[in-house]
Amino acid sequence: MHNKTIAELSQCLARGEFSSAELTQVYLDRIEKFDGQINSYITVTADEALAAAKQADAQIKAGTAGALTGIPLAQKDIFCTNGVKTTCGSKMLDNFISPYDATVISNFKQAGAVMLGKTNMDEFAMGSSNETSFYGAVKNPWDLDAVPGGSSGGSAAVVAARLAPASTGTDTGGSIRQPAALCGITGLKPTYGRVSRYGMIAFASSLDQAGPMARTAEDCALMMNAMAGFDDKDSTSIEHDVPDYSASLNEPLAGLKIGLPKEYFAEGLDNDVATAVQAAIEEYKKLGAEIVEVSLPNTGLSIPAYYVVAPAECSSNLSRFDGVRFGYRCENPKDLEDLYKRSRGEAFGPEVKRRIMIGAYVLSAGYYDAYYIKAQKARQLISQDFKQAFEKVDVIMGPTSPTVAFNLGEKTDDPVTMYLSDAYTIATNLAGLPGMSVPCGFVGQRPVGLQIIGNYFDEARLLNVAHQYQQNTDWHAQAPAAFK
Amino acid sequence: MSIERSDVEKIAHLARLEVIEADVPEYVRNLSNILDLVAQMDSVDTDNVEPMAHPMEMAQRLREDVVTETDQRDHFQQIAPQTENGLYLVPKVIE
Repeated sequence: MHNKTIAELSQCLARGEFSSAELTQVYLDRIEKFDGQINSYITVTADEALAAAKQADAQIKAGTAGALTGIPLAQKDIFCTNGVKTTCGSKMLDNFISPYDATVISNFKQAGAVMLGKTNMDEFAMGSSNETSFYGAVKNPWDLDAVPGGSSGGSAAVVAARLAPASTGTDTGGSIRQPAALCGITGLKPTYGRVSRYGMIAFASSLDQAGPMARTAEDCALMMNAMAGFDDKDSTSIEHDVPDYSASLNEPLAGLKIGLPKEYFAEGLDNDVATAVQAAIEEYKKLGAEIVEVSLPNTGLSIPAYYVVAPAECSSNLSRFDGVRFGYRCENPKDLEDLYKRSRGEAFGPEVKRRIMIGAYVLSAGYYDAYYIKAQKARQLISQDFKQAFEKVDVIMGPTSPTVAFNLGEKTDDPVTMYLSDAYTIATNLAGLPGMSVPCGFVGQRPVGLQIIGNYFDEARLLNVAHQYQQNTDWHAQAPAAFK
Repeated sequence: MSIERSDVEKIAHLARLEVIEADVPEYVRNLSNILDLVAQMDSVDTDNVEPMAHPMEMAQRLREDVVTETDQRDHFQQIAPQTENGLYLVPKVIE
């Protein structure tokens, strides 16, 4: 059962081959047996999952089931879940039982999905290796010495290790796509505003976007059908028609114009990763696609601009954690300032503190124009690059990450080295565009991801392009030996 | 661009973050490195570029001025560190 995709499981449930309760129990047993090795869940909600599975079974019997009814899913611990601990990977929220559901969570509940638990992540989604989590690092199921990527590292690892058929992630600078690449799974970051941010703990509000992480593009499409849509509880949610993401998966790719940005194949890209990505491009040629070289000349600005915009927004968003209304409070504060400073000082980890301080610095009097306005101008240039490229091509392809998964501890001493691992993913967040990562090979036993970037609201095309590749290759179907 | 100990102390105060004395040198080093990375933006001329605050250049949506939320004060205060009579308690602010 645990090697089946959502699409397959959905059919098995409909045919009565097994029940959702049985399926859910299989996953709970696997989590019990295997999660000690990879630390991918922060909270497992076994009782709630079995209760939801029984309800789903009743719906299936009654003939009122949808595609996700009775399907077990793991949720990133950044989504508020009513009555269930929601930590965002931080000591700050270790005692936080959310009093409400995020829209993403209520959408999945409405679709009949079963939540298995909450996945580990970098603290407040700040990190590219899952090593900043208060709950300890997640290990890569393909190689236990390697990081799973981040920040949605737990969500990627549970799918790779078959501890959930699929999961949710969030992506502010690559946090769905980079861990998807490093763990050999399929992940989609939708257009900014496509999926509601309500109840998704905010990091950088003009960049954050939630999306599906699964084994196949077909499964990502099924999840997007539940996740996408307008939500009046999110002031930046966009009123734009939601297509049936499954309907166009089988469109042929003949004539598809694929842009290859030369900047994504330049210095800094690992040779073996480049070879795997080139092989994927060759596969697309066989499927009838036309390859066009494009240029995104301001690519080099994306990391510098991001490390102004994201920290600035984070310093503002994280000011809500004050030790007063919820979350961690220090012992015996001597006055209000001491309460604020020690509650925050004791409960935030070093990476979160660094970003809050950078944010406070770039927004402070005298520096605002030099840093924040300058970064917003750089962001405009990056966005214009994509606009020009999409006049010539339908999608843009390249590597998701410059290297395969690196070793645990390898980059923790130097934040800047860690930041460079998001060199190819950050620009799409700054522009607000959708992007995917699809498994396209291995270097040794560590997976390589192909990134596919689309124009605004073109998720259906991305899923179609990824699905056609997956119909003709089997990288996405491989499982790490220790978790088969 | 490198920053100094006094800068770290100042921004930690602005952000209401306690930073332990022994950690200050590491923050000075790391934050300076990050600002050096950020300074790469200066290599590009942005004089006539319009700043982009948001990926969708859209106006803030407005809604009717009607009550949509119900009072859930007791529910929300269950998770507060310290409350009394429906109020959040903090150390005394005014003598």
